[in-house]
Amino acid sequence: MGLLLSYSVRNLATRRMTTAFTVLGMALVVFVFAAVLMLAYGLEKTLVSTGSSDNIIVVRDAATSETVSILSRDQADIVETQSEIAAGGEGKPVAAKEIVVLISADKRKNGEAANVVIRGSAPEAFTLRPNVKLTAGRMFTRGTSEVIAGKSVAKNFEGCGLGEHVSFAGRDWDVVGVFDAGGSGFDSELWGDADQVQQAFRRPIYSSITARLRDPSSFDALKKRLETDPRMTVEVQREREYYAKQSQATAGFIRVIGITVTILFSLGAMIGAMITMYAAVASRTTEIATLRALGFPRFTVLRVFLAEAVVLGILGGVLGLLAASFLSFVTVSTTNFDTFSELAFSFSVSPSIAIGSLVFALAMGVIGGFLPAVRASRANIVNSLRGA
Amino acid sequence: MNIFGLILKNALRHRLRTMLTIGGIAVAILAFGLLRTVIAAWYAGVENAAPDRLVSRSKISITFTLPVAQKEKIARVPRVVGVTHGTWFGGIYKDPKNFFANIALESAESFAFFPELLVEPEALKAFAAERNAAIVGSALVDRFKWKIGDVIRLNGTIYPGDWDFVIRGIYRGRDEGTDVGTFYFNWNTIEQRMEQESPGRTGQIGWWIIKIDDPARAATISKAVDSEFDNSSDETLTETEAAFAQSFVAMSGTIITSLQIISLLIVGVILLVAANTMAMTARERISEYAVLKTLGFGPRHILGLIAGESLAIAALGGALGLLLLVPVIRGVGTALRAWFPAFPVAPATLITAAAAAVLVGVLAALFPSWRAVRVSIVDGLRRVD
Repeated sequence: MGLLLSYSVRNLATRRMTTAFTVLGMALVVFVFAAVLMLAYGLEKTLVSTGSSDNIIVVRDAATSETVSILSRDQADIVETQSEIAAGGEGKPVAAKEIVVLISADKRKNGEAANVVIRGSAPEAFTLRPNVKLTAGRMFTRGTSEVIAGKSVAKNFEGCGLGEHVSFAGRDWDVVGVFDAGGSGFDSELWGDADQVQQAFRRPIYSSITARLRDPSSFDALKKRLETDPRMTVEVQREREYYAKQSQATAGFIRVIGITVTILFSLGAMIGAMITMYAAVASRTTEIATLRALGFPRFTVLRVFLAEAVVLGILGGVLGLLAASFLSFVTVSTTNFDTFSELAFSFSVSPSIAIGSLVFALAMGVIGGFLPAVRASRANIVNSLRGA
Repeated sequence: MNIFGLILKNALRHRLRTMLTIGGIAVAILAFGLLRTVIAAWYAGVENAAPDRLVSRSKISITFTLPVAQKEKIARVPRVVGVTHGTWFGGIYKDPKNFFANIALESAESFAFFPELLVEPEALKAFAAERNAAIVGSALVDRFKWKIGDVIRLNGTIYPGDWDFVIRGIYRGRDEGTDVGTFYFNWNTIEQRMEQESPGRTGQIGWWIIKIDDPARAATISKAVDSEFDNSSDETLTETEAAFAQSFVAMSGTIITSLQIISLLIVGVILLVAANTMAMTARERISEYAVLKTLGFGPRHILGLIAGESLAIAALGGALGLLLLVPVIRGVGTALRAWFPAFPVAPATLITAAAAAVLVGVLAALFPSWRAVRVSIVDGLRRVD
């Protein structure tokens, strides 16, 4: 078999032009297939990493995003003072009562407007989210119109860089710091003082309360108690699950479109592989007949040609995946349909995407090579040899 | 036998290979057309915007509401012939997967602002008289198998609680691209319930829809409307309906760009498949071309033979792909209806796809023809297969 395999490989090398066309075609398909999955996965990964599994988030019942959630100050106080919530320094609960609003801001690149999240928050926000770190400047001062910007917002939006000013809700806000949230959704937000944001937007309400639990196992009890509390209609969720849900619409859309197109696309590449393999079989009629005359059984001949197709598939798969993996360095930013706000995220490879792409390439090779291989193995020895 | 006969005979010599190539091109043209349709669907709102309508929303962002009291001031702005309002309700029908737009309109008269929505007069009468009446798009009715008289319960995300509506009318679209996937109901329904449940949220609307008498002055009128509310607590941002729709398209700019890149890659793949076939074909027939040359046929004929065959294959593949496009788009449109209420096949898409097929036919023939034309008679005849 080793001999025959090297025969296949040498054959591909001899027909360089045709092999290159076929491999390139398959590589393109694998590239698109992998890129689409990486985009959807990158979006999900960003949002999943936004939430921490130790934290809970409380929003108004049925609110699909913090932007549409409304909790009164009284309700927020009730939530904050539950006994399950961990206590920090000075006995204050480790909880952040936050107000989240969307403002329309212009992108640096093309001046087009997109929605940016303004989170009116409290210093506890940093305790609750240890992955968020100030990288430049300083924290906003409470009681002033100062904000700090996530690194993606600072980079992508006009007036949001360190030392710049951004105006919204009738005020000019100074950007006094930039923070890195480790590639999570917070990188796409502006943070300021909750009281100041409430005043500026004349919304004396909170959108959500994020809190650390003293004991993670008390989640169910707390959830039940708060959700049945007659003074409010709230929904209590683990922060990680809450953010993970916010990738569904956009990631789902990317997948539906991407997979439909790549499946069609792969049909084209399979046909390309088939054409190449049929031509390979046709031009080697005599060789095949010679192999058979020497005593190689039909099944071996079938395997030889199938192996050739598999090699084509693997080459295409590896090449396509390699090209796609360079996309990991690319950060894109688009509106997340679930929250209606701009979100920056990177293409991201997962082991299952890598394996999936290679299997996909292999399948294209095998399906494209199977029928030609059958034809090769069925060749009539006498007629084929006579034709030479 | 004229040259067309020869091209046909040539194309049929490797029947299987020709069929496969045609199939490959058909599939790729199909994928290409599908992507172009998705891109076009994004712009449906922009394409179908009326030039004589302005939209005014809160300057902060579209998620902020405006006070209903602004109406009088807007109506007094010169060249404004009518004002009404719409409000995003954001209700969920059973499951978030069933997403569709549900919008509260000021009154039955609001429909007069949208001549592209065809509504029966009885439906409008019910809309005005009954508090819970809804007028829904024909696409929604098809999607959920609704009929007139059905009670539809929406779970409010922005306005909490369960809201029951009765379908009193079904509207159809005047044009192919008209959005027929929206659920309209009377704004008073929200207002009355807010009066009882959260009085602080009454008198708020989502955006103003302003009809003007001269589309050419849209910019001036927009500025005049905005200046009415400058430095007030509710500043507005007024723009043409097309610009308003465009701002939503721009939000998904990245996704649209990626789709455009993919659609170009698809053309690249078809080109590879077709070029491969033509290269093989020409290589096998080099000696025949030499014979033709010996008989006195010029380079034009050789070129014609190869390009003709390539074009014939590409044209057949393209035609097949376009034929399949319409049923496939109908299927994909069903899968994507939560995202795109209108998913029509634009004539421009068909033309672009056809052009892509012809381009592939021409390009695939280039390299092999160049070789076939260049090869000297002696070299061509010397080759033995």
